[in-house]
Amino acid sequence: MKAGTNLEKVLESGQFAVTAEAGPPKGTNPDVIRKRGELLRSGCDAVNITDNQTAIVRMSSLAGCILLKQMGVEPVMQMVVRDRNRLALQSDVLGGVAFGIGNFLCLSGDHQKFGNHPTARGVFDIDSIQLIQMLKKMRDEKKFLGGDDISGEAPLFIGAAENPFADPFEYRVHRLAKKIKAGVDFIQTQAVYDVARFAQWMKMVTEMGLDKQVHILAGVIPIKSAGMARYMKSSVPGVSVPDSIVTRMAGTKNAKEEGVNIILEIIGQIRQIPGVHGVHIMAVGWEEIVPDIVGRAGLLPRPKL
Amino acid sequence: MITITKPKPFEEIKQYLKRSKGVYLVGCGTCATMLHTGGKSEVLSMKDKLEAEGKKVTGWMVIPTGCDPLAGKALETKADDINAADSILVMSCSFEVQTVRLYSPNKSVYPALDTMFIGKEERPGYFAEVCLQCGSCILGRTAAICPLVRCAKLLFNGPCGGSVGGKCEVDPGTPCGWQQIIDRLTTLGQLDQLEEIEPVKDWSTSVSGGPRQITFEL
Repeated sequence: MKAGTNLEKVLESGQFAVTAEAGPPKGTNPDVIRKRGELLRSGCDAVNITDNQTAIVRMSSLAGCILLKQMGVEPVMQMVVRDRNRLALQSDVLGGVAFGIGNFLCLSGDHQKFGNHPTARGVFDIDSIQLIQMLKKMRDEKKFLGGDDISGEAPLFIGAAENPFADPFEYRVHRLAKKIKAGVDFIQTQAVYDVARFAQWMKMVTEMGLDKQVHILAGVIPIKSAGMARYMKSSVPGVSVPDSIVTRMAGTKNAKEEGVNIILEIIGQIRQIPGVHGVHIMAVGWEEIVPDIVGRAGLLPRPKL
Repeated sequence: MITITKPKPFEEIKQYLKRSKGVYLVGCGTCATMLHTGGKSEVLSMKDKLEAEGKKVTGWMVIPTGCDPLAGKALETKADDINAADSILVMSCSFEVQTVRLYSPNKSVYPALDTMFIGKEERPGYFAEVCLQCGSCILGRTAAICPLVRCAKLLFNGPCGGSVGGKCEVDPGTPCGWQQIIDRLTTLGQLDQLEEIEPVKDWSTSVSGGPRQITFEL
């Protein structure tokens, strides 16, 4: 065990893992996190707290993760390299570990242009692959990037994202291999709507034997409305939504129910794909649907390890 | 290599010149002339605009190469006109603004342009940045295409998840630098080069390290 987190135990036991995502508030109220944590508690193995997602300022991921930890819900601390340099990233890891956080997700982050401070200077001191490497060094060598010794242990379960739907498609699997080389333990993918393309990517992953070296959790985002389906298709970089899904959402009277049906079908198909070790549900602002989805997908109760 | 400039908003220039009664104008015969941001016709047009605002323009010149030390000599030839002004408005890159400042210890010197980047004209009228001048060149490992200026996230081990159809997520009109690097390495049969993880960058040679300077033995 690298960090001995619940997520690591579930994945290492070979069971199909479920993670979910919660966005912190654009404000100071801790109850927003607590409420989302309560909703997600029984439906998943760990909850990601996003880090200024879509480059919009929110309560910090570290604070959100501490709030979850205090209520006994396991967090995954997301970290983007857009907002912090190597010093700040490492100090946040130390702080996270001090509060018992063990899962960390290394991301580039959406470009600041898309957020509510579009004229900000993006930091990008190191990139997401170098962030993985840095965390691995902190854990395995107990050293900072700069070479100094870290006092105390740094047990980290290191995650990263991958987008099978971005280009160049043939190169994506090599980029995954590079993340593995850097030391990643688990991957949460961009939202899967185009299952055929995801399966094609997973075929390359398994052919290269990468599924034996890293745990891959397929990302899903439940769609609430036809408008959201169109938005996801046209405006979210690197997300591929087939026309059939947009048509289905547009043609139904009960959009929320149809959205859940679609996600359940996708989860069902994903579970048949060799090499997939779990699912990551990003129900942005619709966290209450997650236990329902996980239950109807036959993934409850979550294992107690 | 040319320095790409664009005009500042006239309101900003007016603000700089608020306390000046007389203004001397300086353009540049090289990059700014080529870009039509600080050549003779732009200098004359600025003269008209300032005069319409009630400013006295005491004179103007277009220095052949504004970044050259000979700029000092050029300014000397018009010392009387310059002395009659309170300030000098430089319609060229920041290099010329600071060169003029060096030779004009008693005058306020203001920029009329924003200096954008060191660029190359890739097709007529289209200029793209080529170098960040970071001080530790990685082109030897990236197919001679610089990801620091071609990737919006300065990724050393790209591409990010927003690269779609060869374009950058930040602007669909901008090519993804990492797609370009991968395409070129594929053509050269050297894509395996990218299997190596690019180590974290030493930014101390770049803007993070204070004023950069070097002494060469001549």
